[in-house]
Amino acid sequence: MDTSEDILQQPSPDLVRGSETARPAKAARLSPSFISWLQAGPMMLVFLAFFLIPLVFVVIVSFWDYNEYQLLPTFSGRGYTDTFEGCIAQLPDLCTIGRTYVKTLKLCVMVWAITLFIGFWVAYFLAFHVKSKTWQMGLSLLCTIPFWTSNVIRMIAWIPLLGRNGLVNSGLIKSGLINQPLEWLLFSEFSVVLALVHLFTFFMVVPIFNSMVRIDKSLIEAAYDAGATGFQTLVNVIIPLAKPGIVIGSIFVITIVMGDFITIGVMGGQQIASAGKIIETRVNALQFPAAAANAVILLIITFLIITMMSRIVDIKKEL
Amino acid sequence: MTETTKKTGVSRRTLLKSTAGLAGLAAGSGAITGFPYVMSAEPKVLRYLGTAVNEGDDISKQCLKDTGIKIEYITATTDDVTKRVMTQPNSFDVLDTEYFSLKKLVPSGNILALDSKKIKEFDNITPVFTKGETPGGKKIGNQGTAPWKVLYLEGKDSKTFSKTATEFVTLIPTVYNADTLGIRPDIIKRPISSWAELLNPEFKGKASILNIPSIGIMDAAMVVEATGKYKYADKGNMTKEEIDLTMKVMTEAKKAGQFRAFWKDFNESVNLMASGETVIQSMWSPAVTKVRSMGIACTFQPLKEGYRSWASGFCVSKGVSGPKLDWAYEFVNWFLSGYAGAYLNRQGYYSAVLSTAKANMEPYEWAYWMEGKPAEKDIKAPDGSLLEKAGAVRDGGSYEERMGGVACWNAVMDENDYMVRKWNEFIAA
Repeated sequence: MDTSEDILQQPSPDLVRGSETARPAKAARLSPSFISWLQAGPMMLVFLAFFLIPLVFVVIVSFWDYNEYQLLPTFSGRGYTDTFEGCIAQLPDLCTIGRTYVKTLKLCVMVWAITLFIGFWVAYFLAFHVKSKTWQMGLSLLCTIPFWTSNVIRMIAWIPLLGRNGLVNSGLIKSGLINQPLEWLLFSEFSVVLALVHLFTFFMVVPIFNSMVRIDKSLIEAAYDAGATGFQTLVNVIIPLAKPGIVIGSIFVITIVMGDFITIGVMGGQQIASAGKIIETRVNALQFPAAAANAVILLIITFLIITMMSRIVDIKKEL
Repeated sequence: MTETTKKTGVSRRTLLKSTAGLAGLAAGSGAITGFPYVMSAEPKVLRYLGTAVNEGDDISKQCLKDTGIKIEYITATTDDVTKRVMTQPNSFDVLDTEYFSLKKLVPSGNILALDSKKIKEFDNITPVFTKGETPGGKKIGNQGTAPWKVLYLEGKDSKTFSKTATEFVTLIPTVYNADTLGIRPDIIKRPISSWAELLNPEFKGKASILNIPSIGIMDAAMVVEATGKYKYADKGNMTKEEIDLTMKVMTEAKKAGQFRAFWKDFNESVNLMASGETVIQSMWSPAVTKVRSMGIACTFQPLKEGYRSWASGFCVSKGVSGPKLDWAYEFVNWFLSGYAGAYLNRQGYYSAVLSTAKANMEPYEWAYWMEGKPAEKDIKAPDGSLLEKAGAVRDGGSYEERMGGVACWNAVMDENDYMVRKWNEFIAA
């Protein structure tokens, strides 16, 4: 039905070559498992060099000591103990790191829920209501327009709109709906969530759309023939089959928002705490081990969230 | 810190945002070689790491014309400049940085002090740097990392700052200024004369400070002292208790919604002020001028408690030797010879050698910028755009009044680590 699926379903030519039935002569020299290692090799090397090794360094450095101007390669848990400073003493009040993560998670959940809602319906429209392939392509490309400029510019563009003397406020005042400009429009959680949703909904649309176009239309027809209402079809057919896309989109959005400090910084007037901002402040003060410790904590928490999500859907099986 | 974006001009914003800026600058300065120029046997190239304050195409072009030295700018924020010196000391030749970062840079051993005997104008450097007083003899506040505390080293490779003058100079002074609060007189409509006004509930939701912990906390300390709550022994080097006290005041203000936003770069500060989001905030002189040149009233308000000052200068990477070191001296000597000084003075900064800068400025310009006299003619920026109409007077007045009124200097505290943790706590509050 769709070319990408055809490619996926065809056995790759290399695998065929490697299998004993197809080319017994070659198989004698190159075992199938060797071939698959060879195929995965380049990606593995890139992954190793630019992700795993740096990550190992980050973990190692997070256990080092430091002073004003250098890293001291001696074992120290200072990066961690400083981070959790006061977490027991201040009970029942939350300590800095606790408050920061509560705030980060709150923003994350809000952005996730909104991008999922919008993303799902945009994808639904593209997949089921737009019949022609050309229009589907065209409209998907339209979704990428915001990405034609840098995300800093996309964020800054909100400021003249939402500011105290911005378009929205002056419009509302002129129309007589309010007397005083709304202060919470800008440099607030509202503006942070708005900007994040604006920036990242697209990451939700693409994987969900991708899952939806793969749904066999005859399944929907069958549901219709069996007398299912539109809602029943949605809940019992479309959503379960779009789940992999939903989970992948959610992973994109959640990992990006958890680590974000630029958007939260600019739109929150630098007054809203985020896990990323703690790391930024530490790095700027040249306190690399403390920054690394915070990065490890962030990584663990994000990893836990993703593990939980992949419990809901086995992505490997679904793909 | 981060006097990054003080320079005026459109290119600044694009340059600073990312490392792409580095590539842009490299490409930009590369274009200069397109000019017909008689090359010496070896092309003289210096990689210049610094914030944007002292950098300008005009300066590098003039330098190439006068000395044949091609400057390749590597532009970064103050924090990133420091980081780069620590982690990649071989990636630059000349370093342009602020005095307060010396407390980190000198012990790292990654920079090389310059020999004052090879600096032609060294004896003409303003006594602000060498003695801690203005040319007119006014004593300048010495709280924080005042330049004269860290100007000399005990020996060539020493890591100890010398209390007396030696020939080993950590940073050859180039540019400095006295910072204070910028206000919107058209909205505030009453005289402002104290730092205490920054946290005055009257300006709730309309105040701002720098989003740089070490500078933000000093602005807060000015406020605390102004309200009479506490008197610091040294605002630039607080004890843990003093940090707690200062952050408590800040936290209360933040919770009460005093601050609209914290700003980190030049344009942010200009936008906040020009759009009316804030009406009172710590600011830089050229940013105030920029707001004013947009036709919006903005005053760089002198306050009775004094100014918070900063200063920067040149040194070289430890890896620089041989002919490259000679070019570095040639370049620093050229920088102090007048053209660059006049250029900086015209932006509202101050140059380290006043006599040579004066020789490169029109008398009416000098009278406006340095003597605090009403402008005889229209005052123009280095790029020719109009800054002030004839008759205007510089906020804060003359050099003597402004530099003489400095109360403290940008600093790195001994308790920096603790302060940074408290800052994160403050943001999370």
